[in-house]
Amino acid sequence: MVSALFPLTVKGATTTRRGKVLAGPIDLTLDGGGTCVVIGPNGAGKTSLLRMLHGTARITRGQVTWACDTETARHHQAFVFQHPVMLRRSVIENLVYPLRVRGMPRTAARQRAVDWATRIGLGHMLERHAPVLSGGEQQKLAIARALIVEPRLLFLDEPCASLDGRAMREVEEILVQAAASGTRLILSTHDMGQARRLADQVVFLLRGKVQETGLAKNFFDQPQTSQAVAFLNGDIVE
Amino acid sequence: MTDLWQGLVQAFWLVVTFDAELAEISLRSLRVTLTALVVASAIAMPLAAFLSVQRFRFRRHVVALLNALMGLPPVVVGLVVYLMLSRSGPFGVLGLLFTPTAMITAQVIIIVPLIASIAHQSLRDLWQEYHDLLISINVTRRQKIATLLWDARRALLTAGLAGFGRAIGEVGAIMIVGGNIDNATRVLTTAIALETGKGDFALALALGIVLVALAVAVNVAIHWLSRTEREGRW
Amino acid sequence: MIKTIAAGLMALILGTAVQADGVMRMAVTTSFHNSGLSDVLLPAIRDDLNLEVQLLVVGTGQALKLGRAGDVDAILVHSRSAEEAFVAEGFGTHRREIMYNDFVVIGPATDAAGVATADTASAALQSIAGAKMPFVSRGDDSGTHKKERSLWQDAGLQPDEFGPWYASVGAGMGAALNTASGMGAYVLSDRASWLNFGNKGDLAVLFSGDPVLFNQYAYLPVNPSRHDHVKTELAAQLETWLTSPRAQDLIDGYAIDGETLFVFNATGG
Repeated sequence: MVSALFPLTVKGATTTRRGKVLAGPIDLTLDGGGTCVVIGPNGAGKTSLLRMLHGTARITRGQVTWACDTETARHHQAFVFQHPVMLRRSVIENLVYPLRVRGMPRTAARQRAVDWATRIGLGHMLERHAPVLSGGEQQKLAIARALIVEPRLLFLDEPCASLDGRAMREVEEILVQAAASGTRLILSTHDMGQARRLADQVVFLLRGKVQETGLAKNFFDQPQTSQAVAFLNGDIVE
Repeated sequence: MTDLWQGLVQAFWLVVTFDAELAEISLRSLRVTLTALVVASAIAMPLAAFLSVQRFRFRRHVVALLNALMGLPPVVVGLVVYLMLSRSGPFGVLGLLFTPTAMITAQVIIIVPLIASIAHQSLRDLWQEYHDLLISINVTRRQKIATLLWDARRALLTAGLAGFGRAIGEVGAIMIVGGNIDNATRVLTTAIALETGKGDFALALALGIVLVALAVAVNVAIHWLSRTEREGRW
Repeated sequence: MIKTIAAGLMALILGTAVQADGVMRMAVTTSFHNSGLSDVLLPAIRDDLNLEVQLLVVGTGQALKLGRAGDVDAILVHSRSAEEAFVAEGFGTHRREIMYNDFVVIGPATDAAGVATADTASAALQSIAGAKMPFVSRGDDSGTHKKERSLWQDAGLQPDEFGPWYASVGAGMGAALNTASGMGAYVLSDRASWLNFGNKGDLAVLFSGDPVLFNQYAYLPVNPSRHDHVKTELAAQLETWLTSPRAQDLIDGYAIDGETLFVFNATGG
């Protein structure tokens, strides 16, 4: 039996950069299944929260506690960035890379990479140099590269921020499939439509702190704080 | 003007008749410099990658030092290597003075800072691009370095060629540590210096033309190789 | 394809020259090497003794230095007092005279200083100094440079007090001749280097023949008690050969443009 990541407990976690608080102190408990969407205005600390949870932003105060030890938790996570980072390699090599890093033999890794490339519709361009792909193709590849190691938790930082409608739909389809097959997703977005489509849980951040959190249904239907009401109405909230 | 013309003619004849001595000297030049290049790259490139991915207290100082060492005068390197390898020096027992190994040693010292500095610039940029991803994938330091070196290999090729260019045309250091011994340590550059000293400008120029041709040929060959390898991907 | 080429490169890099069994190093002066005599002697030595002599062509000062440091097995130079000091200090086992050639005063064919009409070397130099004509000095502590300094001294003159007409270039014979050719200057050279020099320009031999200009070459094996790695046996073989009738024939018979350059004067061992 694999150890569980959740419940995740965040207590007063704060990350700072050059003395400036980027996010925090944040208190949060995440449990249950499904997709958690982090929303909030620009600069609210969405990216910082995701990075703190993933362990790539230094937590200067407070703590993030998983149900298992941090090392194991980290091993079962993957992260997709707002601007996809493409290795300067072919499509197939981008997919093979994380598997090879984890020590999978080359043939097996290649086999799985071909499967994933086909699944995301890039099967016909395996040898294409990844940095020359279109934005949508790059983001799909980045998500596939994250999912290929079969993480139990996938972070996505505004994955559709710079995509057109069709690419966004394709990306969301991949995410829905991943969620359906049991991968927990924690993604940030500023697109309320996307949030409504994907979210099971919502975390609403404001000025680096959790303003409101709960089940998506409850949050969207009956927001508890005036700021959440204003944000959902499309008013400017700071 | 006549010297220039005679030099061209003589260079042409030396090459088309495949002059045995010229071939030997040219091969020695290539062997010494390519060996130095391989050794220097094996030192400089991982070092540059390490300096890119690893934060430590004196990192900036090390990088600045490397940049400064790029301007290391070859004659000084030659002199120091000479004194080290001389029978009366600390490494005298090795008996390496006036051998190709001594010349390779001097060239390695001259081009390591050059290759490392140029390589570091591109590796640092690539690391900025890759940083978040590789940290997220949780790769080891060794894997980081290997990934950077592999994905920046074209830029590293340029760094290597810069090192090759500096080494193949170098005369001051290898003259001192090699001694320009006929059939043993005479290479194109020291032969040119020798013929110039004899006032035989035409032969000196002919050798110079061969040297330039050799340097260009190596550059073209390596670029051509790297292109065929990448074909269809760009 | 790429692997083949890489393998070829590796073979090229790793392939090291196979050296003959008997290999020794000898430091010789630039003037000896520039004469071209070494190109005659070395192949003969290889044939007769199966010995490869690697020449380090340097000035006398550096040749003696190489011997002191033990970086060569023997030296062949031409500066008697320095050689005797070398032996006296124990760096060389002994000094063996082999041959001599002579120095000549070179200058522009127009000879504004009137060197050609001088009776002695001293008079020739005095006329150059008197006319303050440009003069190129080796200035590299070589045998030729030492000779030049002693000649100025014989003429009662101090090079240190000379004006800008006296150019000390700190370079080998060839480079000094190149400079003199370019400046139209006077210069002291050994005859062999001069005859083999390719860039004569307007220069010509203006003065020669004074016995004081004779230039004795001597062979000095490096002392194995100072440096035990020195190849004493090979050095002894070479000495025997250099003083043999075979060497005498080659040395006395060596000529450029019909001019004999060296006179063999080794005494039997």
